[in-house]
Amino acid sequence: MKYMLLICADPSLDATEGNPTIEQWLDEVEGKRLDGSQLRSRSDATTVRTRGDDVLLSDGPFAETKEHIVGYDVIECADLDEAVLIASRHPVARYGAVEVRPFVEV
Amino acid sequence: MIVRDGIAAVFRAERARIVATLIRATGDWDLAEECVQDAFAQALETWPREGVPRRPGGWLTTAARRRALDRLRRSAVEATKLREVAESTGYEDDRDDGGIDDDLLRLIFTCCHPALTLEARVALTLRTVAGLTTAEIARAFLVAEPTMDKRLVRARRKIRHARIPYRVPPAHLLPERTGSVLGVLYLLFNEGYSATAGAAPVRRRLCAEAIRLARTLVALMPDEPEAVGLLALMLLHDSRREARTDASGELVALPDQDRSRWDAGRTGEGVALLDSALRRGQAGPYQVQAAIAACHAMAVDAESTDWPQIALLYGQLAKLVPSPTVELNRAVAVSMADGPRAGLYLVDALADELAGHHLLHATRADLLRRLGRTAEAAVAYREAASLAPTDAERRYLARKAAEPARAG
Repeated sequence: MKYMLLICADPSLDATEGNPTIEQWLDEVEGKRLDGSQLRSRSDATTVRTRGDDVLLSDGPFAETKEHIVGYDVIECADLDEAVLIASRHPVARYGAVEVRPFVEV
Repeated sequence: MIVRDGIAAVFRAERARIVATLIRATGDWDLAEECVQDAFAQALETWPREGVPRRPGGWLTTAARRRALDRLRRSAVEATKLREVAESTGYEDDRDDGGIDDDLLRLIFTCCHPALTLEARVALTLRTVAGLTTAEIARAFLVAEPTMDKRLVRARRKIRHARIPYRVPPAHLLPERTGSVLGVLYLLFNEGYSATAGAAPVRRRLCAEAIRLARTLVALMPDEPEAVGLLALMLLHDSRREARTDASGELVALPDQDRSRWDAGRTGEGVALLDSALRRGQAGPYQVQAAIAACHAMAVDAESTDWPQIALLYGQLAKLVPSPTVELNRAVAVSMADGPRAGLYLVDALADELAGHHLLHATRADLLRRLGRTAEAAVAYREAASLAPTDAERRYLARKAAEPARAG
């Protein structure tokens, strides 16, 4: 079963101190993590909407929230309990939040 | 007719176990419930004619499995699932390997998974484990039936889509998950016992179901003292049910209750269960609360209640689950043990945290009345009445507000 971990954090917080590093987490989830990356800040985002024949662009994210999506990981594991365990150990989970979204299975 | 009643009794006793087994076999909650329903319909048709089978539960499980197999064949699902369901349509060995009880426990833990909202956990437990209809659950929680139906559909869908595992959690997750199961059962019971609204028969049904589920859980997890503690707590509270309201349906406070109307059988069972749990030496919040209820249950009247012991137990409870309402209850016990002044001192310390809570003002009012400060007491009673959530409580507090002028 595949899950997307959306890594969300308030970028004004720098809470890396004293927390486990992303490298430690990556070592831990080796074999379960299929893909993932940090993302550029949302001031670099462009939101695209196609309405009829018009392509509408706007500068910035599609929704203004305090916590931004700062990265993502795709993991493959047995069930939600395992996905939650992996998400709970992500360093950002300690000061931000990790949204666990199941893939649509085909 | 006798067979019909017999089938109803079998249905009540066996339904949850059979549903649990069918969910494991098919992975489909709706299909499982429908097939179990069909199996009972089939029993109603054949048993009166052919007699009740030697093992009615096994017969029903097999009938439900066959039904599921038929349906899955018709919808052409993948071969592995069909094999799983087909594997044990012979029911003779079902009862002996403990497999069926394991399924029921799996079902309970899955219904109470923390990835579901608390409302969804409660609704799903009532629907799937207790077997209430969606209409009954909607009535109990005062929501429209379509709203409750949506809640159940959404919960079942999340279990499937997010793959919430259908299992008893492994050891490292078990304490937390057991806590969630106990929390759901206690919420159910409280909803029935101190319901903020709703008709009396519906509330009684909720309490009865909560107690029945707690009994099931204790039977399935005999080594979990908090499950036993919760069952004891429910029984001890429930033993006072008849004495809590008078003939006209008005609330009667604990000190004024006619203790001869307490159900001695329930009290005795509750105390015995609590003793057996406490002997394990792993006291938790439910056991401590049951111990407090037992102190009340064993006192012949309010005056001879062991208030110092109750105050100590509330202190212990506050350490396990710190909360201002626990502190408020401790203050009441302290006031009974050491006098109203000591109690008032503790209550006033909670004034900010519980400002919007009617029980803070009701407690303050009672302490002021006992100190002879009747004018202040009347003001506090009126404040409490204006914040109380139920009509019965509002009437009780309004009555009290009118009282202190004549009694001290």
